[in-house]
Amino acid sequence: MNNPLVSHWTPRGTVYGPLLNFQREHALWAPRMSEAPYKAPPQAPVLYIKTANTFSPSGGTVVLPPGAEALAVGATIGLVMGEPLPGCSRPRLSALAGCVLLNDWAVPHDSYFRPPVKSRCADGLLGVGAALAPVPVAWDGLQIEVRINGVWKQTVALAELVRPAAQLLADVGEFMTLQPGDVLMVGTDCLEDGSRPLAKAGDTVEISAAGFRPVVHTVVKNLGAAA
Amino acid sequence: MKHARIAWAGAVHDAVEKEGQLELLTPAFAGRRVGFDDVVWLPPLAPLPRPRTILALGLNYADHAKELEFKPPVEPLAFLKGEASLIGHRAFTVRPNGVKFMHYECELAVVIGREARCVKKDDALDFVGGYTVANDYAIRDYLENWYRPNLRVKNRDTCTPIGPWLVDAADVPDPQTLALRTTVNGKLTQQGNTQDMIFDVPTLIEYFSAFMTLMPGDLILTGTPDGVVDCQPGDVIVTEIDGIGALTNTITQEQTGSDSDSGK
Repeated sequence: MNNPLVSHWTPRGTVYGPLLNFQREHALWAPRMSEAPYKAPPQAPVLYIKTANTFSPSGGTVVLPPGAEALAVGATIGLVMGEPLPGCSRPRLSALAGCVLLNDWAVPHDSYFRPPVKSRCADGLLGVGAALAPVPVAWDGLQIEVRINGVWKQTVALAELVRPAAQLLADVGEFMTLQPGDVLMVGTDCLEDGSRPLAKAGDTVEISAAGFRPVVHTVVKNLGAAA
Repeated sequence: MKHARIAWAGAVHDAVEKEGQLELLTPAFAGRRVGFDDVVWLPPLAPLPRPRTILALGLNYADHAKELEFKPPVEPLAFLKGEASLIGHRAFTVRPNGVKFMHYECELAVVIGREARCVKKDDALDFVGGYTVANDYAIRDYLENWYRPNLRVKNRDTCTPIGPWLVDAADVPDPQTLALRTTVNGKLTQQGNTQDMIFDVPTLIEYFSAFMTLMPGDLILTGTPDGVVDCQPGDVIVTEIDGIGALTNTITQEQTGSDSDSGK
């Protein structure tokens, strides 16, 4: 009854994320894009879905999925769809209900060939900020900080998107409708070596950005597996 | 029992099949029967308080895997879909202009009946609420080898007809002995049997629930057998599974300019 999470914001629609939407990761992958099994660079936004079982309110724990030793941290912003504007069939930034800070956790995976349902959709693998924030006016100045146990690990600069938020919305709208309540994440960035910050059991991960409530989770072992 | 969700007389209703008609469950009309032709059929799925998880299987029939020149997968090849792609029985599915190859996929759809987490194969069917028929269209022109099959191929508006009925699990004692077939304009083009699934329904529930909690109303589309052909505007596609239902769908042309912000 006194659960503080009852007032916590949670997605009411489908949550989508784009693959390879930061310039650094895209550039690191570029030399391999024409090789097997990929054979060509992606032409349209490649999306994945974060299912409802992944939603994990900020302030809680995230359990290591079966077999995982560590989780990759994926600091990102989610664009939350509002009601469509009259006479406008395409989603626009001006029609968003707001934005939310998210931690798009994943079990690290090296191949982008097959949909990584196991790596991205295990229980708890989407850390969700407590409340919607207004849509940023200056996307290019927006930065997300990642800290693990209080130690700085990564700064994600939204100026470095391959498809900036407005373009991503438009390009996704070319082939599917985002409904009111759906969330489109702008993507996650890697570190200089192509990896992502890793968190293991016992680590507390905080992601923060100006204008947003921080998203904090502590990684714990799967107790059921040990029992 | 066969359950339907329909629009009739200005409202959405739950209904059940009774002697070749739909019997409404809505209190104001409880017991009233209407004809199949007198309603708009919606996906036979109650709305959920949270986003519905829709899992779909690629290459889950040996013959289909062979047709596509792939080895049968060693673990289920799964992808996800958004609920916006779902549409009901007798609906229209849009074929985008200029595409060369768009095909149906007749699939047994499993509807989860209760929360499933770390379920073992032997108990898995106890977690099924019911079954329905899905037609999981793919537009092959858009296939890319990044998280393949990518959502541009598989998650388009109107491209996942489902229904007409949600058939109670109790009425389907063995989901692995069901003949399925597809006709295009009355001509048989695809046939198979759920006994030829590489990963059967209990195995899929065990596999998914080992890492993701499935909730009532979540869906698993179990893959399609050999025999997919291109569909053109005007084609009427019927995907049918014995004992579950016959799902009718008509292909329609994309309206020029419908995706533009100009006008209207």
